[in-house]
Amino acid sequence: MSVLVYIENWNGKFKKSTYELVSYGKRLANGLGGSLTLLSIGRVAEDELKNLGAYGAGKILSAETDAPLDDKAYASLIAGAAKNNDASVVVMAHNGTGKALAPRVAVRLNAGLVSAVNGLPVSFQPFVVSKKAFSGKSLMQAEITSDIKVITLSQNTAGIETFAGEAVIEKIDTSSMTSGTKVLSTEVQTGKILLSEADVVVSGGRGMRSADNWKPLEELAGVLGAATACSRPVSDEGWRPHHEHVGQTGKVVAPNLYFALGISGAIQHLAGISSSKVIVAVNKDPEAPIFSAADYGIIGDLQTVLPKMTEAFRKFKSGN
Amino acid sequence: MNILVCISNVPDTTTRIKYSADMKAVDYSGVQWIINPWDELALTRAIELKEANPALVQKITVITAGGADAEPTLRKALACGADDAIRVDAAGGDSLFTATQLAHAVKGEPFDVILCGIESSDYNGSAVGGMLAELLDYNSVSAVSSLNLEGNSVKVTREIDGGKQSIETAAPVVLIVQKGIAINPRIPSMRGIMTARTKSLKVVAAAAASPGSKVVGYQAPPQKSACKMIDPENMDELVHLLHTEARVI
Ligand SMILES: Cc1cc2nc3c(=O)[nH]c(=O)nc-3n(C[C@H](O)[C@H](O)[C@H](O)COP(=O)(O)OP(=O)(O)OC[C@H]3O[C@@H](n4cnc5c(N)ncnc54)[C@H](O)[C@@H]3O)c2cc1C
Repeated sequence: MSVLVYIENWNGKFKKSTYELVSYGKRLANGLGGSLTLLSIGRVAEDELKNLGAYGAGKILSAETDAPLDDKAYASLIAGAAKNNDASVVVMAHNGTGKALAPRVAVRLNAGLVSAVNGLPVSFQPFVVSKKAFSGKSLMQAEITSDIKVITLSQNTAGIETFAGEAVIEKIDTSSMTSGTKVLSTEVQTGKILLSEADVVVSGGRGMRSADNWKPLEELAGVLGAATACSRPVSDEGWRPHHEHVGQTGKVVAPNLYFALGISGAIQHLAGISSSKVIVAVNKDPEAPIFSAADYGIIGDLQTVLPKMTEAFRKFKSGN
Repeated sequence: MNILVCISNVPDTTTRIKYSADMKAVDYSGVQWIINPWDELALTRAIELKEANPALVQKITVITAGGADAEPTLRKALACGADDAIRVDAAGGDSLFTATQLAHAVKGEPFDVILCGIESSDYNGSAVGGMLAELLDYNSVSAVSSLNLEGNSVKVTREIDGGKQSIETAAPVVLIVQKGIAINPRIPSMRGIMTARTKSLKVVAAAAASPGSKVVGYQAPPQKSACKMIDPENMDELVHLLHTEARVI
């Protein structure tokens, strides 16, 4: 009855979401009366791995490799670790990586997969988990009936807990791994807060009027240490890059605080933001549907409201 | 090259979800069915590639695993420009069951590029594409936002955290596609609708397969409390409430 959690690294570093995933794995293992094993693939310094002990890590398998591996190779490493460690549940983050790998791992383990699970299982025996369905319009409970179970965890739904304990690192061999896909180039924006990791997200819609008007929005994001995002038409127009697009056909985010600026609140947009803890909406139309999804609303023109808002937050931040 | 596009038949994205009295099933009465939005974009890109280079892309096939009630959605895909269609006669089941059915129908068939949407807008599983790749033992690339074909080489852009990656791979391959792969979904023309009626729609018997999970029940998501309106002239009030009431800053 052990739990295997696959932990991704970003240039050798872990993020807040890693800590949530590890401490979730520990609570899951406790609930099942078993132990937690972590698997890291890539090159991560020993200190960085050891730090995970505070979040419940016991055994950490470290598959050190510099070779670019494809999804098949990753899946075989994860499924192999699950088998060797008698894992009954395999957990990954519900992000790009988890979406790519969990289905392959599930097939290799002949396991049922439920993705985007919210928090801990509703029941361990039978193994029943809760997730959103129909793009946030419904909550569903699903039972995984196979011997081994694979789940991906929706970010920010389990929280982070700390545990006393020390992690033990064990190396695993990756020398036989190859890749059938070749990475030609990688382009990553540096120095920006990742949308998926952000506690605060400032998002703009068509009500921002044009690409040129994004400066004040970025200023607000800067003051709040927030990531920036947008509605679909904004990225379709090319005002903002695709990876900022939030909603049913874009990213699903779950920050503590989401600002919807000039966003009407179409059901497809709400599908991407409904797990946010608090939503603040600014819209000049008092009838805009965003106000029925928001916690705090401001009716007004962004041209005047946004600078005032930024000023008020700046004052607050400098006073803190 | 032959391209296969996997199609999920889903309720229109604006559908209000209703349930059976015991909340154990979704009540699909009166629902308008559509091609899953991501699959529609995948199909659009396949058609664009064939139109741009008919010598390279010989055929586009669409496939779904589902009951006869999924056929109008396949016909719509044919009307958009797919050449033929396959329905695996297997309704219900989870992602593992569905992927197993698709793999059973596809195994040994000469498809070079298999396109799947990154998720289905009903159960948001993000699972069938990756499972299909694993069952077929094909390479796969996920979160693909652009696709070009050159000879036997498949060039894609994949979205990663905060950026993108350009990747080259060879056929056969499963590509799990998302937004960006095509901009405006293809809509059937009048002529397309007419010719779709005469295109082949083959029904394949289901494979023996068991699901790995099942739905236990549904709940409506919790209602949000009313929105607190704040005077646009008083942004200090907003800051104050976010700090002391909502405690998020
Ligand atoms: C299959 C499908 C999938 C989709 N997926 C997504 C998705 O993933 N994400 C997404 O966002 N959309 C998605 N959409 C589109 C969605 O239906 C809406 O069209 C879109 O969200 C609207 O974007 P918006 O709110 O920015 O623009 P609009 O609807 O045009 O709203 C602009 C808002 O700004 C306000 N405004 C204008 N000027 C000002 C001003 N000066 N000050 C203050 N307020 C102002 C207006 O009152 C209005 O409410 C999808 C649609 C379909 C059919």
